[in-house]
Amino acid sequence: MRFGRLRDSLRKTSQALAGRLKALVKGRRIDESLWVDVEEVLITSDVGVEATDALVDAARTAAKHGEILKSEDVVPWIRGRMTDRLTAGDHGLRWNEGGTTVVLVAGVNGSGKTTSIAKLTKWVTAQGRSCMVAACDTYRAAAVAQLTIWSERLDVPIVKQSQGADPAAVAFDAAESAASRGVDVLIVDTAGRLHTQRNLMEELGKITRVLGKKIPGAPHETLLVLDGTAGQNGLQQTRRFREHAEVTGLIVSKLDGTAKGGVVLSIKDDLDVPVKFVGTGETADDLAPFEPATFVAALFGDED
Amino acid sequence: MFDSLTQRLQSAFSKLGRKGELKDSDVDDALRGIRTALLTADVHLSVVKQLVADIRERAIGEKVLESVQPEQQVVKIVHDELVRLMGGDDVKPSMPGDATIPIQFAARGPTVILMAGLQGAGKTTTCAKLANYLKSKGRRPLLVAADMQRPAAVEQLKVLGESLDIAVHSEASGRPPKICQRAVKAAVAGGHDVVILDTAGRLHVDRDLMYEVKDIAAKVDPHEIFLVLDSMTGQDAVNSAKAFDESLPLTGVVLTKLDGDTRGGAALSVRAVTGKPIRFLGTGERTDQLEPFHPDRLASRILGMGDVVSLVERAQSAMQEQEVEKAAEKMFSGSFTMEDMLAQFEQVERMGPMKEWIGMLPGVGSALGDMDMDEKPLGRAKAIILSMTPDERRRPDVLDPSRRRRIARGSGSSLDEVNRLLKSYKQMRQMMKQMGSGGGLMGKMMNRKFQKSKEKQLRELRKQGVNLADLGLSSQ
Repeated sequence: MRFGRLRDSLRKTSQALAGRLKALVKGRRIDESLWVDVEEVLITSDVGVEATDALVDAARTAAKHGEILKSEDVVPWIRGRMTDRLTAGDHGLRWNEGGTTVVLVAGVNGSGKTTSIAKLTKWVTAQGRSCMVAACDTYRAAAVAQLTIWSERLDVPIVKQSQGADPAAVAFDAAESAASRGVDVLIVDTAGRLHTQRNLMEELGKITRVLGKKIPGAPHETLLVLDGTAGQNGLQQTRRFREHAEVTGLIVSKLDGTAKGGVVLSIKDDLDVPVKFVGTGETADDLAPFEPATFVAALFGDED
Repeated sequence: MFDSLTQRLQSAFSKLGRKGELKDSDVDDALRGIRTALLTADVHLSVVKQLVADIRERAIGEKVLESVQPEQQVVKIVHDELVRLMGGDDVKPSMPGDATIPIQFAARGPTVILMAGLQGAGKTTTCAKLANYLKSKGRRPLLVAADMQRPAAVEQLKVLGESLDIAVHSEASGRPPKICQRAVKAAVAGGHDVVILDTAGRLHVDRDLMYEVKDIAAKVDPHEIFLVLDSMTGQDAVNSAKAFDESLPLTGVVLTKLDGDTRGGAALSVRAVTGKPIRFLGTGERTDQLEPFHPDRLASRILGMGDVVSLVERAQSAMQEQEVEKAAEKMFSGSFTMEDMLAQFEQVERMGPMKEWIGMLPGVGSALGDMDMDEKPLGRAKAIILSMTPDERRRPDVLDPSRRRRIARGSGSSLDEVNRLLKSYKQMRQMMKQMGSGGGLMGKMMNRKFQKSKEKQLRELRKQGVNLADLGLSSQ
């Protein structure tokens, strides 16, 4: 393959996407080339072939039935459809009112778990609830140190042991301590693990069970941190984690770059796991509850 | 889904294979299947479009439809195009010293390698792996903790360096460009020949941090600038790679987290968009799991041809040469003892998780699918052998029922398990005797001559690869 030709086509695509769809479809006929352009925006946003085909086919049918009349209406129609699908289900954090709410945070290596936990802690305390963190990533060098630094910055108590300790034992201690101190929310950090590592995934199951033994109903939330730059593998990650722990929602991290995180649409469609939070920056404040309309607008490069 | 891309391509090709007579529309079907497969593997859309167009052109030009086995031809074309896209055989940079290390070493003074990338790509771990790899090649690396952003990143590198017995230059505070400058001076003074700079993860749209890494590069003038890239990255991989390349510029790419079930996509896109070669692959959590990148192997793996070459090399590095010779001699002469069996188990363990290397065998990767390999029996068998006296291990025939009961108690297993192990030992001994004349994959791996004629064997294996993939297709 000649690189020159490829570079040109890449430049063209990214230019087309930079102008994004609104300008692109203005005043055009609704024909095959229009659908191809729409399709390309979706695919380069990591929406995935299957979900993209489904969306475009539905829009095509709608146009045939006169529901979409002008080319300018195509994008709003698809946006509406995506927003509806992402809106379905429960996006709020499930509180264990009257007791300690236990939030277990899991994810593959480098997805941004520890940073997301710091942000989540900040958010929880901003809601007027007391918080405690548990350092169950006893595997990665200095992971406990990293969480300790955050806990000091955010002024919340931390339960930890040394690197190499049994994570389930740390979880047990933390649950006991949180319950006896009457802490509102316990956030549990776990080691990053690739979803193909069976023994580590089983360990996650064990942590879940230990928490449930100490605090009834715990963990009340098991949040999977998904790297916003992840592609179609995000679906597979969610599927595998769900086999070992009841994943109740996603935290999508790193959406402050140029990645769009379109794979969450497939995750919602296929596995019915909703996004609960999105991470949009480096500071502890950069975490926001998920808003489907805003997310979809960003995917199409619109400001509103 | 273990080999998702492999499986998708195979199903696309099996459509071709079943029909007998082929039409242009059949090729279109297969191409659409390839397109979906590549997109699902996170290859960037533009790259996919170009790739599919090239494959179509070649398929028509080479009159695939008229050939006897069109699907085999298409496999070959896709394979060729993937290899070509990932850099063909031209990726080896010229370098003094060991030609097998894909690094451009400095002619004089320490070789400085700058590692950059997004947050969470795996930079710190990769730095440690690279240092460990170079140390194993007889170099004296110095690791430099230049990530002053992420809490405890310095601490992480220090811990890793300590566990690998590799020196780490770190400072309690200060600006990374200055730290790196001082580290290079320290490396010269300390007699280090390689300096690896672990920089902070940064977004390609973060102007300040991108300026900082540029500043580091300007101050230390690195010989290599590697982009560390998470292989699970989606379509955005091209955007970040392009941005990093424009401000640094890069000399190579290290792909990480390939031990998951994603692969191929990011490698293809980034190579295509930056034109920079992929140098290494991170294939696991352990610090020795870093491999030089070979385009043909990754392409073969994508296509389900297995990765026999990697497997053989892995086996060879896991087994120390002398051990191999001794074991081979013993095995084939029939004087195979329980001690030898124990040594073999340990060698197998050194090759890493079983699933990983068994998956490299042609056709096995996709057959394995979601299946997990149970590694426990190996540990149990080791415990049983370790509960024997040295004399028993050398002469297992003395093991009467009373001794066996003692061994079962000592190893925490049942008498049944002890008996089963002894039975398989005896079968193995028998088999080894028969294998004495040579043959079998293990026999070949054990053979020192194999190493000498490796190049020839590689070509053979590649040829076989195509046929084996074809076998996988026809069984569907």
